[in-house]
Amino acid sequence: MASTPTVADIGSDYSRRYGFHDPEEYFMRTPKGLSHEVVEAISLLKKEPEWMRAFRHKALDVFLAKPMPTWGDTAMLSEIDFDNITYYVRATEKQEKSWDEVPENVKRTFDRLGIPEAERKFLAGVSAQYESEVVYHSVKEELTKQGVIFLDMDSGLREHEDLVRKHFATVIPAADNKFAALNSAVWSGGSFIYVPKNVEVAIPLQAYFRINAERMGQFERTLIIADEGAKVHYIEGCTAPVYSTNSLHSAVVELIAMKRARIRYTTIQNWSNNIYNLVTKRAVAHEDAVVEWVDGNIGSKLTMKYPAVILKGERAHGEVLSIAFAGPGQHQDAGAKMTHLAPNTTSKITSKSISKGTGRSSYRGLVKVRKGAHGCKTSVQCDALLIGDAARTDTYPTMEIAEDQVRVEHEARVSKIGDEQLFYLRSRGIRDDQARLMIVNGFIEPFVKELPMEYAVELNRLIELEMEGSVG
Amino acid sequence: MNTNAKPTFQCSGIHIHIGEKEVVKGVDLTVLPGEIHAIMGPNGSGKSTLANGLMGHPAYAVEGTVMLAGEDVSAMPPDEKARKGMFLAFQYPVAVPGVTVASFLRAAVSAVRGVDVPVREFRKELLARMEDLEMDPAFAGRYLNDGFSGGEKKRVEILQLLMLKPRFALLDETDSGLDIDALKVVAKGINAAASNDTGLVLVTHYQRLLNYVHPDVVHVFMEGRIVRAGGPELALELEERGYDWLEPAAAAGGV
Ligand SMILES: Nc1ncnc2c1ncn2[C@@H]1O[C@H](COP(=O)(O)OP(=O)(O)OP(=O)(O)O)[C@@H](O)[C@H]1O
Ligand SMILES: [Mg+2]
Repeated sequence: MASTPTVADIGSDYSRRYGFHDPEEYFMRTPKGLSHEVVEAISLLKKEPEWMRAFRHKALDVFLAKPMPTWGDTAMLSEIDFDNITYYVRATEKQEKSWDEVPENVKRTFDRLGIPEAERKFLAGVSAQYESEVVYHSVKEELTKQGVIFLDMDSGLREHEDLVRKHFATVIPAADNKFAALNSAVWSGGSFIYVPKNVEVAIPLQAYFRINAERMGQFERTLIIADEGAKVHYIEGCTAPVYSTNSLHSAVVELIAMKRARIRYTTIQNWSNNIYNLVTKRAVAHEDAVVEWVDGNIGSKLTMKYPAVILKGERAHGEVLSIAFAGPGQHQDAGAKMTHLAPNTTSKITSKSISKGTGRSSYRGLVKVRKGAHGCKTSVQCDALLIGDAARTDTYPTMEIAEDQVRVEHEARVSKIGDEQLFYLRSRGIRDDQARLMIVNGFIEPFVKELPMEYAVELNRLIELEMEGSVG
Repeated sequence: MNTNAKPTFQCSGIHIHIGEKEVVKGVDLTVLPGEIHAIMGPNGSGKSTLANGLMGHPAYAVEGTVMLAGEDVSAMPPDEKARKGMFLAFQYPVAVPGVTVASFLRAAVSAVRGVDVPVREFRKELLARMEDLEMDPAFAGRYLNDGFSGGEKKRVEILQLLMLKPRFALLDETDSGLDIDALKVVAKGINAAASNDTGLVLVTHYQRLLNYVHPDVVHVFMEGRIVRAGGPELALELEERGYDWLEPAAAAGGV
């Protein structure tokens, strides 16, 4: 990233200066790495409005200027080689990838999870089309009737520029953190949802209803706006392992819940273990609004993710329910942030983690109550389950409470799969591995029961696979 | 009771060490199908250690031979023993949060019977047994022993006994901490199991259980050994006189 021109240097003379006549062609042979040229090309290729182009360039400057976080797993973070990453891959190129290139272990897991052929190829990035096309059309008709907008972010920007411009990056500004800045500079794909006043979307909206190759983009950008009294549940991901040759995934998700609106955002992600998953998720909840993050993280090399709710209007409620599974060599650094700005707001954080083998999970949480935000209530509960003697867990809870009339509860528990529990179950004829699995499934039950049926079943199956051969 | 029957359970030369300490110091016991044996003895004498050790608690070093219906099960892990028809009702049943009584029991029943019991069939059977034990059907959906009262835990142990139908069951103080109604229910469960030819060993501190359950043999257990065996009248004598008068027998190394 040597001589990077600043925003001012890049403009209409793009083609003259860099000699590309066709930005698409540029992408066919662009080297890895990040620069204003790359950002410019992305914006040009997407034929974006000027304000978005400028936004990207500014964000890149922020990214380049910001140091790496000094907290979290700094050792693992320092291993990220930003120069060795392709920041934008065209959809057509993705499709050219062949099934043969997908690693054996990923294929095997697909097999054992019983994922249908077409879906496997889609999940592995081999195919951009997914058979849910038919489902999608009927869903789309229904939504259109209700005035609900559900698009990929790029189309959202093209078709609803004013709405996007009004809200984009208002919850998570580019300068929020280094990885939010990176995403702001090179984002692609993600979802854009707008639910009009008092409209309740009856079925959960799922990312894979969208027929779009970019849904699995590494720099997804999602924006959901629920207008007054509206209600929506969005589900992202699935339990099949997301295989990608790109090792860095850095998404930004912004939620805006207007008065009395309710948003639930459910994520289940199972990354292959070469991936850094560094995600910024934040919501604003206005008066009487409710925002719930239901967040399940499995796999990856390092995940850093702390869904946040800013409780801006009186009586707003925020909730984070998360589980993390850290297998051998993995680090799940997850948590939640709640910011109580208005009186009588309430929040609840329930964080569950499982560390297996040399896996490590950390809870990192922040609860802030601003002076004057009286009558607030907050409760934090962290439960960690360790499997094996090398597994590790830590908690970093922070409370900044500037108001006296507040009720705060905090509870943290670490448990192991107890010998007595195992003996009890085994004395009933249940085999050792099944007994362990039972204890683990029981541990995550409070999370699983919040999931739609098919996800719950998949998650239990996945945990079963993760637990295999975990003696000790 | 059938005196010609082959023993359903037999153990001999049982010694159990916990760490360095020898807690059980040589126990022999034979139980016929449908027989009820009571073991009574002071706190800390090693009764639970004996029960857990016989079942195969991984933390205990057990010497001696354990036979189940003529088969040597000494070296088997607890789950295998259970599948061979052995059962232990725990003095302190542990909680397994997030696992419902019904799903746990279905797994256990399937494991022990060696076939996957269909959900509906299982449910019917479970509800019938719960009714026998005067339990609220809501218990089926509660997490196993999680937040259960002492008496509720004991009832659930008996529920498991009735569902798993073992050949041989050790009941470790299943009568402790029960109110009168619960005691009667538990006794009913024990008698039902015995009449189904399950051989039973009841570890108990109280003669009052024996008002409802009539043991064939009463054993006095002290300092890691059975120091005396007798009929039901021995239980009454213990109730009256305590254990002191048996000290010399214990010191002498038992029967
Ligand atoms: N894990 C252990 N480590 C050390 N000592 C133990 C352990 N478990 C049991 N003991 C000791 O072994 C002895 C026998 O204990 P046990 O629980 O078998 O007694 P018990 O006869 O069942 O008593 P109670 O009537 O109170 O239930 C006690 O002295 C006890 O402290
Ligand atoms: Mg005991």
